[in-house]
Amino acid sequence: MSLDTISLSGRKKEVSNKKMNFWESIYLVAILKGLMITIKHLFKRKVTIKYPEQIREFSPVYRGQHMLKRDEKGRENCTACGMCAVACPAEAITMTAAERKPGEEHLYREEKYASVYEINMLRCIFCGLCEEACPKDAIYLTESKVIVKSASHREDFIYGKDKLVMPLEMAIKNSKSLN
Amino acid sequence: MDSALIIEKGIFIVVIFAITMLMAMYSTLAERKIAAWLQDRIGPNRAGKGGILQPLADGLKLFAKEEFMPDTPNKFLFILGPAISMTMALLTSAVLPWGDKLEIAGHTVILQATDIDVAMLYVFAVLSVGVYGIMIGGWASNNKYSLMAALRASSQLISYEVAMGLSIVALIMMSGTMSLREIAAQQEGMNWNVFYQPLGFIIFLVCSFAETNRTPFDLAECEAELIGGHHTEYSSMKMGFYLFGEYAAMFISSAILAILYFGAYNYPGMSWVAENWGANMANILGIVVLFIKICFFIFFYMWVRWTIPRFRYDQLMNLGWKMLIPLAIANIVLTGVIIIIADKYL
Amino acid sequence: MSLLTIFYILAAVTLATGFMTVISKNPIHSAIYLVLCFFSIGGHYLLFNAQFLALVHIIVYAGAIMVLILFTIMLMNLNKENEPIKSIASVLAAVVAFALLCFVMLAVFIKAMPQIENYQSSGQDYQSIKVLGKVLLNEYMVPFEFVSILLLVAMIGAVLLSKKQKTVE
Repeated sequence: MSLDTISLSGRKKEVSNKKMNFWESIYLVAILKGLMITIKHLFKRKVTIKYPEQIREFSPVYRGQHMLKRDEKGRENCTACGMCAVACPAEAITMTAAERKPGEEHLYREEKYASVYEINMLRCIFCGLCEEACPKDAIYLTESKVIVKSASHREDFIYGKDKLVMPLEMAIKNSKSLN
Repeated sequence: MDSALIIEKGIFIVVIFAITMLMAMYSTLAERKIAAWLQDRIGPNRAGKGGILQPLADGLKLFAKEEFMPDTPNKFLFILGPAISMTMALLTSAVLPWGDKLEIAGHTVILQATDIDVAMLYVFAVLSVGVYGIMIGGWASNNKYSLMAALRASSQLISYEVAMGLSIVALIMMSGTMSLREIAAQQEGMNWNVFYQPLGFIIFLVCSFAETNRTPFDLAECEAELIGGHHTEYSSMKMGFYLFGEYAAMFISSAILAILYFGAYNYPGMSWVAENWGANMANILGIVVLFIKICFFIFFYMWVRWTIPRFRYDQLMNLGWKMLIPLAIANIVLTGVIIIIADKYL
Repeated sequence: MSLLTIFYILAAVTLATGFMTVISKNPIHSAIYLVLCFFSIGGHYLLFNAQFLALVHIIVYAGAIMVLILFTIMLMNLNKENEPIKSIASVLAAVVAFALLCFVMLAVFIKAMPQIENYQSSGQDYQSIKVLGKVLLNEYMVPFEFVSILLLVAMIGAVLLSKKQKTVE
C-alpha cells in the first residue's frame, strides 16, 4: 500500500484542479448549496451556555481552589511537613508550623499543625503537584469545586487558612455520611 | 394643493421615516442574531427579553463615545459625508408604494408619498448621488487610506450601477412604465415579475448586494482586514450614521426588490379577500405581505453574508463589467425579441 | 411660497455655486460646488415640470460625470504647490475672452426678449416619458440614432485608449 492511498481519518479527499464547466463557473449552484448548509445550522441546537444562569458542570478532574481537608472527626489533616511547598514549582505555598497544645486534640489530628498556611493564587499554576506530594491527604484541588475569583489588589490573592480549610458544615456532613 | 393633502402626506412621510429607522435599527439586531444562529450561537440576549433592547443600547453607546475629529482642513465636508450617506438612503422611500390605498372615513389615502411618472429614474438618481457620501467622507478624512478605500468603494458602486440600470431596462420595457405604482399594480395575483424576468432579477439582486456594500461585495469596509475603509477616521455618531445609513439602504433595496420583482403588495387571493372582507382589509393585508417580503429579503442579505466569502477586487470588477453588463444587455435584447414575437403572434 | 420665490432662490444658488466653482482654490471644493450647481439646475427643470429631464440631468451630470471628475481630481493630488503659474498674457486673454462672451450673451438676451411673448400650447404633456419617447423615436429618429452611434464610438475609443499597446517588434 503506497502512502498516498492511506487515509487515517477516513476523510481524505483527492484535490483536483480540473477545469470548471459553464454551470460550475457561474457559481450559482455552489452558492445555493452553501446557502442550504448555513440554513440548516439556523435550526440546530445552540451550544452556548448562558453563564450566570447556567453553570457548566465541573469535570471530575477539574482543579480549582485548594482545600485543606479535615478527617472524619473534623480534625485538620495537615501536619505542616512542607512537602507541598517543596513540590510546588511556582513556589506559591508558604506555612508556619506550630505544636498542638493539650486540649486541641479535637482540632488537629497530629501533634504538629500549620498555624499559618498561605497560597499565593497569583503564583499558583494549579498543576496539582502539592496534592501528589502530600503524605497526609491534606491538600486537594479537586474537592472545593470553586474557581479562584478575581480581585483588584495583590494582597487579596494570598489565601490563608480562613479560605482554604474545609468548612465545618462540609466536615460535619462528611462525618455523618461515614457513621 | 389643499392643506388636507399636505397634512396627509406629511403624516405619511413621518410614518415611513419612522418605519425605515425602526427597521434599520432592528436590522442591526437581526444581523447579530442571525449571524449567531447560523453559527450555532445564541446572540445578544442581555438587553431586554431576547435582546430586544439591544439596538437602543448600541445607539446609546455610540452617542456616548468620544467625538474625535481628525486634523483636517475640511471640517464641513467631513460632517457632510455621513449626512449625505444617510439622507440618500432615506430619500428613496419617497417613491415606493407601500400599499394600494385605504378608505378612511370616506377619504381615499394613497399609500405612497408621491407617485411620480419617472419613479424608477428617481431611484437611480438618488442611488448615484449616494456615492458622494463615501467619496467626500473619505477625502475629507485627510488620510490616504481612507481616500483609497473611498475610491475603491465608489468605483465599485459606479460599476454596479451600470449593470443595475441595464437590468431594470428590460423590466421597464416589459411593463411599459417607470412608475413604481403601476409596476406594482401590474403584478396582480401571482403575475410577479420574477417569473418573467428571472435573469434580470438575478442581475438586479447581485447589483443590489454590491450597491449596499454587503458581503460578498463589502470590499468598501472589509471588516475583518481593513481598518474600516472610508470611515476609518470617523467615530461616535458620525460613524453610526454611516453604518445606520447602510442598514437603511439595505431595507430600502429590499423594498425595491420586493416591489419590482416580487409582486409588491400583491398576494394570491387578494381579490377574494377584497370581495369577502372588504377592500380595506385586503389592502392592509397587502401592506403586511409587502413587509413580510421585505423582511425575507433582509434575512436573505444576512443569510448570504454568513455564507459566501468576499470577492477579490479584480474578481469584483470582472463580474461587474464582463459578466453582469453583457448579461444585462443580452437580457434586454431577449426581452425585446420576445415582446415583438408576443405582439405579433399572440 | 410662490413659484417665483422658489425660482429666485434656485437662481441665486445656481449663480453662487457657479461662481464658487470658478473662484475656489481647492479643485475638490470647485467640483462639489459644481455638483450643487447641477442640482439647482435640476430644480429649474422641475419648475418647468420637466421631471424626466431633471432626473436624467442629475443622474448623468451629478451622478456620473461629476463622480468621475472627482475621482480624477482625487487621484491626481492637485495641491497649491504644483499649480502651474500662468503668464500675464494668458490671464489677459482669458479676461478678454470672458468679456466678449458676456457681451455676446447680453446681446442675445436683449435681442431675444421680445421674441418670447406668449407660448403656444399644443395640448400634449411633454413631461410624460411616454410622449417624450414617441417623439424621440418617431420625429427625431435619425438624430437620436446618430447620438447613440456617437456615444458608442466614444465608448469604443475610450476602451481602445485605455488598453495596453502591444509593442511592435
